[in-house]
Amino acid sequence: MSTYYAGLFADIGILFLGAMSVYIILATGQLSLGNAGFMGIGAYVASFLTVEMQWPLTAALIAAALAAAAIGIVVGFPALRLKGIYLAIATLGFGEMVRSFLLNFDRMGGSGGFHGMKHVSLEYIWLWGGGIFVLIVLLERSRLWLEMRAVHDDETAANLVGLNTTATKVGAFGFGAAVAAVSGGLFAHHHVYIEPGNFGFERSIDFVLAVILGGSTVGAGAVVGAGLLVLLPEWLRFLADWRLAAFGVLLVLVLLTRRQGILDRPLLDKLSLRRARA
Amino acid sequence: MLLQQLVNGLTLGAVYTLVALSFSLVMGILSVLNIAIGELFMLGGFIGFAVIASQLPLPVALVVAMAGACTVSIIIQKIAYEPLRDAPMITPMLSTLGFSIILQNIVTNIWGSDPLQLPSELFDADFTIGPVRIGFMQLVVIGITIVLVAAVAFLVQRTAAGRALRAIAENRDVARLLGVSVDKTTLLAFGISGLLAGAAGVLISLHYSAITPYIGVDIGLKAIAVMVIGGTARVWGALLAGPLIGIAEVMTIAYGGSQIRDFIVYGLMILILLLRPQGLLGGPRSDVGQRV
Amino acid sequence: MTVLTLKNVSKHFGGIRALTDVSMTVPEGRIIGVIGPNGAGKTTLFNLITGAYRASAGEVVLAGKDITQWPSHRIMRSGVARTFQNIRLFASMTVWEHLLVAQPREGGLWRSVLPIGWADAAAKARAEDALVFFGLEQYRDVIARTLPYGIQRKVEMARALTAQPKLMLLDEPVAGMNAEEANDLRALFHRLNERGLSILLIEHDMPFVMTLCHHLYVLNFGSLIAEGTPAAVRNDPVVLDAYLGTEAA
Repeated sequence: MSTYYAGLFADIGILFLGAMSVYIILATGQLSLGNAGFMGIGAYVASFLTVEMQWPLTAALIAAALAAAAIGIVVGFPALRLKGIYLAIATLGFGEMVRSFLLNFDRMGGSGGFHGMKHVSLEYIWLWGGGIFVLIVLLERSRLWLEMRAVHDDETAANLVGLNTTATKVGAFGFGAAVAAVSGGLFAHHHVYIEPGNFGFERSIDFVLAVILGGSTVGAGAVVGAGLLVLLPEWLRFLADWRLAAFGVLLVLVLLTRRQGILDRPLLDKLSLRRARA
Repeated sequence: MLLQQLVNGLTLGAVYTLVALSFSLVMGILSVLNIAIGELFMLGGFIGFAVIASQLPLPVALVVAMAGACTVSIIIQKIAYEPLRDAPMITPMLSTLGFSIILQNIVTNIWGSDPLQLPSELFDADFTIGPVRIGFMQLVVIGITIVLVAAVAFLVQRTAAGRALRAIAENRDVARLLGVSVDKTTLLAFGISGLLAGAAGVLISLHYSAITPYIGVDIGLKAIAVMVIGGTARVWGALLAGPLIGIAEVMTIAYGGSQIRDFIVYGLMILILLLRPQGLLGGPRSDVGQRV
Repeated sequence: MTVLTLKNVSKHFGGIRALTDVSMTVPEGRIIGVIGPNGAGKTTLFNLITGAYRASAGEVVLAGKDITQWPSHRIMRSGVARTFQNIRLFASMTVWEHLLVAQPREGGLWRSVLPIGWADAAAKARAEDALVFFGLEQYRDVIARTLPYGIQRKVEMARALTAQPKLMLLDEPVAGMNAEEANDLRALFHRLNERGLSILLIEHDMPFVMTLCHHLYVLNFGSLIAEGTPAAVRNDPVVLDAYLGTEAA
């Protein structure tokens, strides 16, 4: 594989993990526009551990994920008080607070950024990407995921059939934050340089976009969404200066014609049936 | 220097106020975050710049920029919002994001991605009151903001169209039963939202005496915070919260903590959301339970 | 043995008294009905029992335990299940998924993250039982919200049954059903009762209540005005005046 494509597939893997982090939280009916904040926390914690403490990368990523999960749970509790667009705006604020904090965090370079990480291979990125994908696909068939969908569909009714909606929603924030942190740690060790601007609002929106574009009701949607989000602007290169406008037009068209996203459960069932027959 | 910073903060805050109102007209009424407002605002700035650069007077620039942004806002309503209004709110939000990408691309292709300086003779006139130097353009920014906010307040609180807006904000289904035309009123909300964003774009270029295609996100996000802090239910809330944030921001930059300002602004926003969701000025809280 | 006891329960919303000093008991294995005109506080009563509201005064006792301050999900995990007046099914779920989601978790969090097919034979058996009991086999993999109204009611009851309750709260179970469907349900409720389930139901359909319940409570303006066997309540002048009088008007 050429370095060009290797770079693109690395980007897809990192974006996919970020999208997964949004997907997990969205599965409980909560929209987070601040997951780049968790990603940033993961990137900085993992980089600190590998560069300054000489930890092996895998251990650093796990530690970063746990740290972000703890912060995610702390964020998840006040989030219980908010719903819909107000929750989304509050998480947006959280993301901006993290970015602003990192800008002032001189110990890790502040606005000058931080470097010294060792470059990580494409295979390693996708080991994580594939691992978490398999995990989520299995989880989607679990009792726990059914509970998350119940909370998504009707929180009050979920509570009144005996589900602990508080634990479900807060837990989803913690889990999502952990996955976002892994994405951040991999980002840091792929680009070997990070700065707070890498983890701003546009990144959070990219995650959400990948999920919605790919299909927000199935985990596989995030793979499709992340792939499209990275590859589409490349395929549109022949349009030169107008490729982003064309990308915007395509985005609007997809949302208008398939508001549930490209993949959904009926489509997946159809695809797997065909495969089974063949 | 304190007074000087106060005046600078006030002009920046005036722009926040207008963009916050632009957001709140759409969000307070439809519970949809129109992400393209940041880019409408940026577009207004560039249209205003183009008009001023062709030697036309400032009022013409303002009117053309407002009309331009209003037109695009209505196009966004027709294409990105209307067909998706029954979808979960996340979907129209992302289709407005599509427009924001398109607008930014168009603007950078026409005007380039480097900051453009406004002709400096615009900023020659100033007054000196004691130790404070007030640019004539600063007065213009504050004056236009007050006029526009007053006009919006009048429209929302004193006219039939405004009653329709408020009725839909409170309860869409009841409003429809009472004979309010949801289609027309939605269009009106997007239209006014565009007018305000366009005007704010011209004013920010007067404040910074320059304009860049990347200003939309930064000011847009800050304006969302201003909207929340002021509350979506009261027009005057934004007029209080805008200058408050503008001044706080200019002060923190002037007195050391240049980078800590965003941390404080968004922290305050989250506190308000949690503790006083109806905003500083209070007022009824509109529907917040929409499914994502 | 008493399944549920309410001791002098009151509920106020601001100045409005939704329930005043209500006491009642549901003995094990009985079918108890709550009747009363619209706005009498019947649904408020269910919301208090299930923890959706907190009582302003009084005590709710479930199988000997004071549950007045418990959160909903804990109450619903302690042997209570309910249906809703305006059906509340989960929009994205099939009938089968509804029958799995309300079951008590077995083996805690760690079992619950495994795919259902791997470890939950008992859960599947319970779901299958509820499916057959309510005659929903043919709708197994259909999105429940797309089914006809009467079927949706049955899905809700089946979901409640899979929670393995000792006490089932039914909020107007036959509303909007024709006589034949109501008869069908009555037979099912009798069979549930024979399985040892206690039932507390709110219902407007008088013939249905009179022929199903062992004992009735009558609410009016948030207060109990009468109780007794269906025959006794039917002939109570206070009830006739307050309830049937307004109903007929």
